[in-house]
Amino acid sequence: MSTGAGPDIDRAVKVQFPLLERSVHGRPIVYLDSAASSQKPTAVLDAMDDYYRTVNANVHRGAYEIAAAATEQMEQARADVARFISAPSADEIVFTKNATEAMNLVARSWGGSNLGSADAIVLTEMEHHANIVPWHILAAERGFEIRWIPITHDGCLDLTDLDRLLDGAKLLSVTAMSNVLGTLNPIPRLAAAAHDAGALLSVDASQYVPHLPTDVGELGADFMVFTGHKMCGPTGVGVLWARMELLDAMPPFLGGGEMILDVTKEGFRPNTVPHKFEAGTPPIAEIVGLGAAVRYLEGLGMDAVRAHEVSLTGYALRTLTDRHGDDITVHGPSEPAQRGGVLSFVYRDVHPHDISQVLDQSGVCVRAGHHCAKPLMRCLGVTATTRASLYVYNDTSDIDSLAEALDEVGALFGH
Amino acid sequence: MAGLEDLYREIILDHYRNPRHRGELECPPAHRSEGFNPLCGDEVVLTFEMDGDVVTDLRVGGYGCSISQASASMMSAAVIGKTIDEIRDLTRAFKAMMSIHEESIGGDGSEALDGAADAAGANDGALRLGDLEALRGVVKFPVRIKCATLGWNALATGLDETAAGE
Ligand SMILES: Cc1ncc(COP(=O)(O)O)c(C=O)c1O
Repeated sequence: MSTGAGPDIDRAVKVQFPLLERSVHGRPIVYLDSAASSQKPTAVLDAMDDYYRTVNANVHRGAYEIAAAATEQMEQARADVARFISAPSADEIVFTKNATEAMNLVARSWGGSNLGSADAIVLTEMEHHANIVPWHILAAERGFEIRWIPITHDGCLDLTDLDRLLDGAKLLSVTAMSNVLGTLNPIPRLAAAAHDAGALLSVDASQYVPHLPTDVGELGADFMVFTGHKMCGPTGVGVLWARMELLDAMPPFLGGGEMILDVTKEGFRPNTVPHKFEAGTPPIAEIVGLGAAVRYLEGLGMDAVRAHEVSLTGYALRTLTDRHGDDITVHGPSEPAQRGGVLSFVYRDVHPHDISQVLDQSGVCVRAGHHCAKPLMRCLGVTATTRASLYVYNDTSDIDSLAEALDEVGALFGH
Repeated sequence: MAGLEDLYREIILDHYRNPRHRGELECPPAHRSEGFNPLCGDEVVLTFEMDGDVVTDLRVGGYGCSISQASASMMSAAVIGKTIDEIRDLTRAFKAMMSIHEESIGGDGSEALDGAADAAGANDGALRLGDLEALRGVVKFPVRIKCATLGWNALATGLDETAAGE
């Protein structure tokens, strides 16, 4: 079937992901949960394996050959990540455990020294808990106000009152792409509005960086966080990018080794950025793996990745509605160009748990639940959704399998 | 390999489609207890009336997946008219059935289940899980066990509170 979904990306890519060769319940696996975590290509697995087999040593402060090589590989990955998001300098890349830790770093370190009881920050109703709870924790201590940008019925931000919400606020923190609805938010426009109001913009790009060409300058972000495991990299490594002058002025987050220049009985002098924020032995192999992931994605070309996903999302929306008609409702924007490949749907009145359970028997992996976005669930008037999410290794056959497996849900739960 | 037919037995689907004792009683005089699964948002709201130590009526509200709602419906049919002690025994037997690990089941698991029911005080032979046994297959789907026990946990909490309040 011709879908315009770059045939070069289709088959050739899937075979680079070993896990996708396995089967579950005697059926070939159909992995549609990349918004939760992506699969890993051989290039990443090999890079990490190689690292442990031939390079492994603690980084920095080691004069010997392999310690220097480990440091070099880690710093190469930092440069790769910086290039991947068009950051002006590799020193602006801070490695964390995941996006959640990166957002907590922003809240603790920047928020902790900039937000007081007279202040306000702005979030949106479609945020992941990772961009809500750190602010709740800090607000409970410091008493600043949290304001919320509402969403429209089709799952976009309702920017009608944006200027009023931003008035007097010090920060707007927003997801670049919803992990539930797939909505792509107008980040450059939000950046301009925030900056006009004298606020900074923090972007949760966990669902964006893996899927679209990213340029922090074009986005207009001041802070941006994302996570390695959703972009073909391993778990255990995430990234905070921020403008150097912000990072310079921020106090350390965690204390310990690596993050100091000097320690005395009286106190300590923090290291320079980014090491100031990287206390303790970093996840070296994971960072090396993330570097390999970035190079892998660059090899495919992020424009091609995005084109593939737009085309496949269109195919999915068409196929699901053609086949299931009124039985299925997909949340979020209906235009593939305005969204990523995240499809949260309602199928008849069948509970998401039951849907995902039945799909699993056909080898189809989708996620059911609140997707760590409970305020959004309340806005949508549901407690949970079923979510199928796409990535570069998915193809039309995966969508066909999903559509087909939904028939079995209908057969079992039909009235 | 566990198949869907182990989970979605006909009687379960029937309770899901036609839930028994659905609704809410006025509180007071009825007592109220809620069960909530923060992982999936499933909720069971129980209201029940007592006469002495007998549960004379019980209604099930809330929303959730087929297993949580069917299990609560089956529970309502099983406990109305029983004393607190009888219900506690039944709860123990049911939860024992829900905690048998897959490996220890072997075959259809009936021996392990009988053992568990015995251990739970069912050796007088009077306590039978009856229709509730249809939920036995849930054990093979560990993530769904919490769905099946949601209503039972809510009832246990509710009965404890009523007992403590007297
Ligand atoms: C939008 C968004 N933000 C943040 C996160 C948190 O990522 P992590 O759990 O890797 O920190 C996720 C993923 O779950 C996400 O989808």
